Amino acid sequence: MAEISTVSEDFLRQLTAVGEVGILVGVPTFNNRDTIERVVSAIQVGLTKYFHRERCVLINPDGGSTDGTPEIFKNVSVQDFGMLLTASPLRTFHRVTAPYHGIPGKERALRSLFTAADLLRAKACAIFPPDSLSITPEWVDSLIRPVYREGFDLVSPAYQRRKFDGLLVRGLVSPMIGALYGRRLHEPVGSELGLSGRLACQFLQKDIWEQEMTTFGLEIWMATTAIVDDFRLCESFLGPKIQAAKQFGQDVAGTVRQVVGALFHCLDLHENFWKKREGSEALPLFGFQYNVALEPLRFNRRGILDTFRSHVEQLVPILESILTPQTLVEVRNVAQLADREFHYPDELWVRTIYEFAAAHHRAVINRNHLLQALPPLYRGWVSSFILENQKADAARVDQRIEALSREFERLKPYLVDRWDAGRGGER
Amino acid sequence: MKEVVLKSLDKTLGKFYDMLLQFLPHLLAMLIIVAAGWLIAIVLKMIARRLMALARVNKLSEGSGITQILRKADLPAPLDLMTQLVFWIVWIGFILLGVDALDIPELQMQISRLFLYLPQIFVALLVLFVGLLAANFFSRATLLAAVNANLPSARIISGFVRFVIILLTIAMALEQLALAQRTVLITFSIAFGAIMLGLAIAFGIGGRNVAQKALENLFPQSESKKEEQKEKAEEIPPL
Repeated sequence: MAEISTVSEDFLRQLTAVGEVGILVGVPTFNNRDTIERVVSAIQVGLTKYFHRERCVLINPDGGSTDGTPEIFKNVSVQDFGMLLTASPLRTFHRVTAPYHGIPGKERALRSLFTAADLLRAKACAIFPPDSLSITPEWVDSLIRPVYREGFDLVSPAYQRRKFDGLLVRGLVSPMIGALYGRRLHEPVGSELGLSGRLACQFLQKDIWEQEMTTFGLEIWMATTAIVDDFRLCESFLGPKIQAAKQFGQDVAGTVRQVVGALFHCLDLHENFWKKREGSEALPLFGFQYNVALEPLRFNRRGILDTFRSHVEQLVPILESILTPQTLVEVRNVAQLADREFHYPDELWVRTIYEFAAAHHRAVINRNHLLQALPPLYRGWVSSFILENQKADAARVDQRIEALSREFERLKPYLVDRWDAGRGGER
Repeated sequence: MKEVVLKSLDKTLGKFYDMLLQFLPHLLAMLIIVAAGWLIAIVLKMIARRLMALARVNKLSEGSGITQILRKADLPAPLDLMTQLVFWIVWIGFILLGVDALDIPELQMQISRLFLYLPQIFVALLVLFVGLLAANFFSRATLLAAVNANLPSARIISGFVRFVIILLTIAMALEQLALAQRTVLITFSIAFGAIMLGLAIAFGIGGRNVAQKALENLFPQSESKKEEQKEKAEEIPPL
């Protein structure tokens, strides 16, 4: 049963008025007045079009917006369903908006949503970010149908990516989860999710909610926990991922630290599971896959490469505590290669990441410091990957990522060795 | 004459014999205390080692950076260092007790003075140890922050942070020992002032362009300049 003390009385009152539902859709917000209307409209049309016979509720946990986001959320209405080629809704469309207390953060918002799912006995839930620019009504169907009709517990998104987009996810997080947890997820950090009420209740019972999780940590934690607890996972193709403008200004160092920190934290939590796991399998992928022409990414490869070179040399005293002498020598040799010969081999990249993971586990230096030493090396691998695939098409890039995933799998015993390396020393 | 000499010799020898008889039990007591102390110190060292291994001291000290500092200073690992410390503190305590058992007033006075000074020595050592830890932690944090913020000369900045913290720590430790308090204070003030002045002059003369760039970054002149900077720093979205 949900811990109802974690939600406000007003929220509880609104939920009681709704009663039991089949589908719950959550949109956590915090000052999203520019994008919220489009997101809510798309969800409303999606629910009407694909789940018009079901009792649905749309819930908005708000982190204390001061720009009127909750009011917009409450008042958005689709004027003419006919023009959208769908019939008008057969049932009342419930909407609940409630502020949650404390610092605005995803963990509080999701905890409110999962509590609501438990109280309303929702069979299926979906979570959408409030600033998605490419959301369509079809996304609602893509994320809910596998749960509602096919009996899956977690639906992870799959996007059409631009050639070099999301390299942290594709070149580190996704292959590492595949190699260690045995399930190949394309987008373990994707913000759009579908999940069963059963899984939402299971998440609520975990003691993660009082811990400090990073912005991107919850998605990784939910995906890996669902794998460890043997829930049924699948993926749904959502089309191109178009990020909100503010995400383009992402602080690379901060994002790497948060995402990789969350992943390493999960490795500590699930140590007994992933060490025994062997091999990996792809997840069922729902949805019709298509490609649209996307504007290519603009980036300064030379700048990224120069940053890598200078940062590696400056961080040598710290890297000495994290990497093995052999790996450090190889990384420094890579940094000295000429532009045209520049190549960060997959094997070295995987060893670097595994050594960071093991050092994080053994806390050889302050963990926050350790994670801050990784972005320069990530930039090195990114530079090498771009150089190598400059003329390749998207399919070829996907093949390269596949090869990298196999390298992560091949070197898994190396991680286990490094992980346990400190155990014999404490006598 | 001969009798007087013999009498005097006999008296002196008698006195010496009496003193020896008086002193020998004290010496014996001292030797017993020192030997027992040595045994007790060894036993306590073994117990301390076992307890610290159970508390995973090596792992904790690796995580906090203590091991690295000690390694750089060519000192043994924290577990070895702490068990050695336990051994020597206990044994020295027993040795001093033994010396006290000799019942020599001058020695007793010196020992009591040493005992009075001991707390200051311990506090000074503690200040030094915590200061070295803080220097290591903050210089590493500075280096990482400076590197990730793409600041030039990150290692110089972090080295400077380490140097200032160590300097401050040494000054505090010496002040705790009440050694040349005024000299230390004056030396510290002069050194700190000289570094700051040197930095200001060096930045003014050598880093004119860097200063200009830094100010331009702080107060961008136009939108086109902003765009230009954005283009230069453009990176691929990691997610």
